[in-house]
Amino acid sequence: MQNKISISNLNFFYGKAQALYDITLDIPEKEVVAFIGPSGCGKSTFLRTLNRMNDTIPIARADGTVTIDGENIYAPGTDVVALRRKVGMVFQKSNPFPKSIFENVAYGIRINGIHSSKSDLNHRVEKALHDAALWDEVKDRLSSSAFGLSGGQQQRLCIARALAVEPEVILMDEPASALDPIATQKIEELVVELKRDYTIVIVTHNMQQASRVSDKTAFFMLGKLIEFGPTYKMFQNPDEKLTEDYITGRFG
Amino acid sequence: MMVENSMPTLSRFGIGFLAGMEWKPAQEEFGALPFIYGTVVSSLIAVLLAVPVSIGVAVFLVEQAPKSVARPIAFMVELLAAIPSVVYGLWGIFVLAPFIREYLGPFLQTSLGFLPLFQGRLTGIGMLTGGIILALMITPIVTAVVRDVLEAVPVTQREAALALGATKWETTTIVLGNAASGIAGSVVLGLGRAIGETMAVTMVIGNSPQISASLFEPANTIASLLAANFAEATDKLYLSALIEIGLVLFLVTFVVNALAKLLIMSVASGPDRAKHT
Repeated sequence: MQNKISISNLNFFYGKAQALYDITLDIPEKEVVAFIGPSGCGKSTFLRTLNRMNDTIPIARADGTVTIDGENIYAPGTDVVALRRKVGMVFQKSNPFPKSIFENVAYGIRINGIHSSKSDLNHRVEKALHDAALWDEVKDRLSSSAFGLSGGQQQRLCIARALAVEPEVILMDEPASALDPIATQKIEELVVELKRDYTIVIVTHNMQQASRVSDKTAFFMLGKLIEFGPTYKMFQNPDEKLTEDYITGRFG
Repeated sequence: MMVENSMPTLSRFGIGFLAGMEWKPAQEEFGALPFIYGTVVSSLIAVLLAVPVSIGVAVFLVEQAPKSVARPIAFMVELLAAIPSVVYGLWGIFVLAPFIREYLGPFLQTSLGFLPLFQGRLTGIGMLTGGIILALMITPIVTAVVRDVLEAVPVTQREAALALGATKWETTTIVLGNAASGIAGSVVLGLGRAIGETMAVTMVIGNSPQISASLFEPANTIASLLAANFAEATDKLYLSALIEIGLVLFLVTFVVNALAKLLIMSVASGPDRAKHT
């Protein structure tokens, strides 16, 4: 399996405070990698270095390299807008725009000029909603407000919105932490579905979720990568004592 | 009380008071239309000039400028709001009026002189000067409100746009979309302030009760009429006319605010409103 993303010796700082220490990690193409660890361990920060979302924080600084398809995204002159189109993101709290369901999904297509015609736009929106397993629930009310949807539907709408710009990687920051069990299950099924076409990195607090959806799991603590390996091994026979303690619930 | 005290003119002129074009206290002729017109037009000029500038400054401060630049600028803008209006008025007489007479007026007349708006004699004192002074006065407050509204837009909305490959500018349009109803509210606030402003306008608008298509001609507003004449109105009918026109100011403010509210509701309808249901 080819590596989609390679991170080497990544250190990350908020001002003087160091948030990530010397992370080296390879994320294979078209697999699901889960990041687990206690709150504040840096897993979300790490996720946000992969599409340079931390750039919005003025005092944030990253050292080291993150290469996607062989290109270092922290090299000077990197087109961050193009990077983020390639590396989509779904957030912890669903954040649809104050627009209709259709316009939410169409937005990314429009700003990136992906569509060739009006009918192509309609087609792409429909496909994205299909891929996010939302189409059947919203096809009769595409022009109504996105805020009228339930929490789980809003989160799948945000996934559809991310899919619509045809990314290659999707970063998910605790996408189901605010949802009920049924909505969570739908998101998890969706993640497994999406693996066929996308490389997925998912941050989660929920260990069962990591074990259900991911191929590989990375365990973080206090800004350090403690252990990274195949999910089944991490959960059954981890190399590190810390990993075992965390997974069996002895702390965290 | 206002209604009671304006009974003499109410009973004498009836509804004609509102439509009357002449204001001649000596002949006991009172018509409010020139003042209503002056109030509405000068306020509209102010809002049309001030709102785009305010939104521009607020967007720059919130979305573009680094904190170290934004803070002092925001502070200075807020300081502008604290300048007494009589100072604005003096500045209008000594700086703005000559500027309009010597530069802006001739320029507008050569470039857009075919419009009746920009014809007529140039004294520097008139509707346009009043409108510009009002615009300067309401810009700080509108800017401050729009800035607060933009800052209140959740960071998750910005991140959502950025994560889709939006440029800084495209992200800003998403933020503005989120802030639409709040921005409309700030416009109403600015309009209300412009309608009620007295001293600075009195000093530069020319205080002449006439309706002219030209923005260079002197005009008058209700608030400045009241300020200039109330103390010397001894005659009972005159006093009654002034009180009635004060009542009209009250109504104009009410109607303008109601219209603005309707506008906000139409802007904010659809997706935005669902949040509150």
